[in-house]
Amino acid sequence: MITETLPAEKREPRRLDEGTIRNLGLIGVLVLLVIIGIITRPELYSDPAWVRNNILVILQQASAIGVVTVGMTFVIIGGGIDLSVGAIIALAGVWCTTVATQSFGAAGMIFTALMVGIGVGLVNGLLIAYGKLVPFIATLAMLVAARGLAAQISDKQTQISTNETINAIATTRIFGIPLLVYILAAVAAAGWVLLNRTTFGRRTVAIGGNEEAARLAGINVKRQTVLLYVLSGLCCGIAAIMLTSQATSAQAGMANLYELDAIAAAIIGGTLLSGGRGTIVGAVFGVLVFSTITNLFAINNLETEVQNMVKGGIIVAAVLIQQFRYQSLTQLFKK
Amino acid sequence: MTAPEPEESAVPQGTEDQVVLRLHDVVKIFPGVRALDGVQLEVRAGEVHCLLGQNGAGKSTLIKVLAGVHHADAGEITWRGEPFAPGTPQAAMRAGIATIYQELDLVDDLSVAENAFLGHEPSLFGFTRRRVTASRTREILARLGHAEISPRRLVRSLPAAAKQVVSMARALSHDARLIVMDEPSAVLAHDEVANLFRIIRELTAQGIAVIYISHRLDEIRDIGDRVTVLKDGRTTAANLPARTTPTRELVGKMTGRSIEYVFPPGRDAPPEEDPLLVVENLTRSGEFADVSLTVRPGEIVGIAGLVGSGRSELLETIFGARRPDAGTVKLAGKPVRSVEAAVRGGMGMAPEERKSQALLLDEPIFKNMTLASFTKFAKVGFTDTGGERAASERTAKSLELRPPGVIRPVRTLSGGNQQKVVVGRWLLGGTRLLLLDEPTRGVDVGARAELYQVIRDLAERGVGVLLVSSEVPEVLGLADRVLVMREGHMIHESPAAEIDEDTVLNLVMAGSLLEGEPA
Repeated sequence: MITETLPAEKREPRRLDEGTIRNLGLIGVLVLLVIIGIITRPELYSDPAWVRNNILVILQQASAIGVVTVGMTFVIIGGGIDLSVGAIIALAGVWCTTVATQSFGAAGMIFTALMVGIGVGLVNGLLIAYGKLVPFIATLAMLVAARGLAAQISDKQTQISTNETINAIATTRIFGIPLLVYILAAVAAAGWVLLNRTTFGRRTVAIGGNEEAARLAGINVKRQTVLLYVLSGLCCGIAAIMLTSQATSAQAGMANLYELDAIAAAIIGGTLLSGGRGTIVGAVFGVLVFSTITNLFAINNLETEVQNMVKGGIIVAAVLIQQFRYQSLTQLFKK
Repeated sequence: MTAPEPEESAVPQGTEDQVVLRLHDVVKIFPGVRALDGVQLEVRAGEVHCLLGQNGAGKSTLIKVLAGVHHADAGEITWRGEPFAPGTPQAAMRAGIATIYQELDLVDDLSVAENAFLGHEPSLFGFTRRRVTASRTREILARLGHAEISPRRLVRSLPAAAKQVVSMARALSHDARLIVMDEPSAVLAHDEVANLFRIIRELTAQGIAVIYISHRLDEIRDIGDRVTVLKDGRTTAANLPARTTPTRELVGKMTGRSIEYVFPPGRDAPPEEDPLLVVENLTRSGEFADVSLTVRPGEIVGIAGLVGSGRSELLETIFGARRPDAGTVKLAGKPVRSVEAAVRGGMGMAPEERKSQALLLDEPIFKNMTLASFTKFAKVGFTDTGGERAASERTAKSLELRPPGVIRPVRTLSGGNQQKVVVGRWLLGGTRLLLLDEPTRGVDVGARAELYQVIRDLAERGVGVLLVSSEVPEVLGLADRVLVMREGHMIHESPAAEIDEDTVLNLVMAGSLLEGEPA
């Protein structure tokens, strides 16, 4: 009765591959970075022991920011942004290393860090969902306030962690791989399952993709929004313990500019800043690209200023490629 | 019903030199639709020329052709004696044709003066001349009889009526010779309409022509000089005298279509059962007042009403998406106070703005179909994608979704098939009562007939349907019972079989039954 020119159903698998294509691209960037490393420092790369160790250094450097990026990815997919992640880490780190908290032992310190993260995330979420503040403003205010509180609690001093168990987290290796890397892997795996296999993940995509449609389909948008910021806060609490353990101390200035690194990693991993679309695997690759660049500059003894310029360039390139690919894909379907 | 042939002008034409705008056989084709299919129009300097026609008759398209938004595919447009084909809205403005849309296109955070001269600010070496702009705006506002509006005030802080004055000030800042007004009274209260008419009379006294679009016959009689009637993209009557043409004749020229509506055959009234939905004295101030209605299982209840009559707001309030000021909504005896409660109780809604209110355009069809029910498929929080896909596929098949398959993104579907996805969402959720707001807007002819069949099938299966449409034939062709809404009030109710299109249209536009018509 109606004649429509239909694109063949066969084409559909191409869309499923879209994420894979991007991840392959990011792997390509990683390979390229390694090749640059080999060319610039061939003498280092000729030593297999050094190479193995260097990979672990890169992974270890990626671990804390990786955990934060997983939480950030959820918030962005849900249509928000969390600028306060670095500040939450500082507050959680400082709070869990006060003399009083340390007296409760490792479990007390971990509990405190996680609760501070969850608590601050809850405040963010309530302000945004029920106070109707724009996420940018609410979390920007939290960024300033939480660092302020951290400075007050610590009296602007660096607080040393004297707890052996906490300090051992960063130095423990299982099958030769640092425990921190396992933590990142566990958080990323849990994040992947949560996003792709649970109703929580489906609601996240729905409210980020079209908030009004989600609301009119009976989804509790406000509750989901709150939960997303709580999740981000929880990830910050975990990262606070990891960083505190690595430094065996915490101070109000720790995790500086983590919000920018986490957002950038999520974006180059294919998360749309406007919400509704993103992947955990891509975000983790994004983090790895950044920590590999940092490593590349370190082994060449180059200035960090140049490094930051390169990072900026990579963010722009990633988004440009993403837009180009997205347009060509939609055109493909329109035909 | 057969479509009457287009008629020649019913009134002798004015002297040539008075005519500023003339359209001859103007055609505008969109993919699949002839939106304008031979429009004749003649507007004289200093007159108020009313355009009348049902939704979808082509009024909006015609305005956009005049405003330079669309370009006519065939026909001639003559403006002040010369052929006229504006390439852009700016070109139309420069030529002296200004359009005031229903949704006023003002920038809320700029001042009155900045809005009035938006796009052609008086400037010197790139610096705006604020004082000059303000004083010229003051002059124009005085000309409009609204010297009390300060040019420096932010538009955001103005009431709707004053915003409309600012829109007219913008038109005059361009020295417009023809102002097109698209349902200007829809956003105004009663006394504000009188003020609008006073302004229009002053404008026409200065020789400016006005094309006035409204569905309210009393207004057309009050302000209009001549009327042109459109139907299905054609002029069915031109230059009728606005004050003396009988209502029956005007309504008759607007109605009686046509091949576009293919309804499933009529059916017996659904069985008398206890109502599924009971709405009592529902009120939201400024939107609708004291609305009571019921929907029984298997019954299709249609609400006819114009844009701005409060019908969409009513539907959203019944669905729990807006909070009523007074009154109650009960679904199967249980009160509904939130969308979540409505959905849990088995209510579903296909909202007016499909793309912005109902769909995740980049997500696959099946995830859109299960948006309201994926938690029912899930086990302890883990989604069952396979189960969702299988169920969606069955639903898609029963709705004859085209192309088949549920993995492609919804964005790639046509409007009619997107609407099927929205309806399918509620079928999957086991919905007992479906609210449909303009279900066939932006849907092509063939898909319309299919949607009508889907809606009717739903009712046959015992689902209650509450349907809102500004297309009267749609309400009459689908519904078992018809309610007429006008300016926030339910003014009429009757079985669909006992009321005809002319009567409904008259109720919608004039608020009264035609004399001598059986109610």
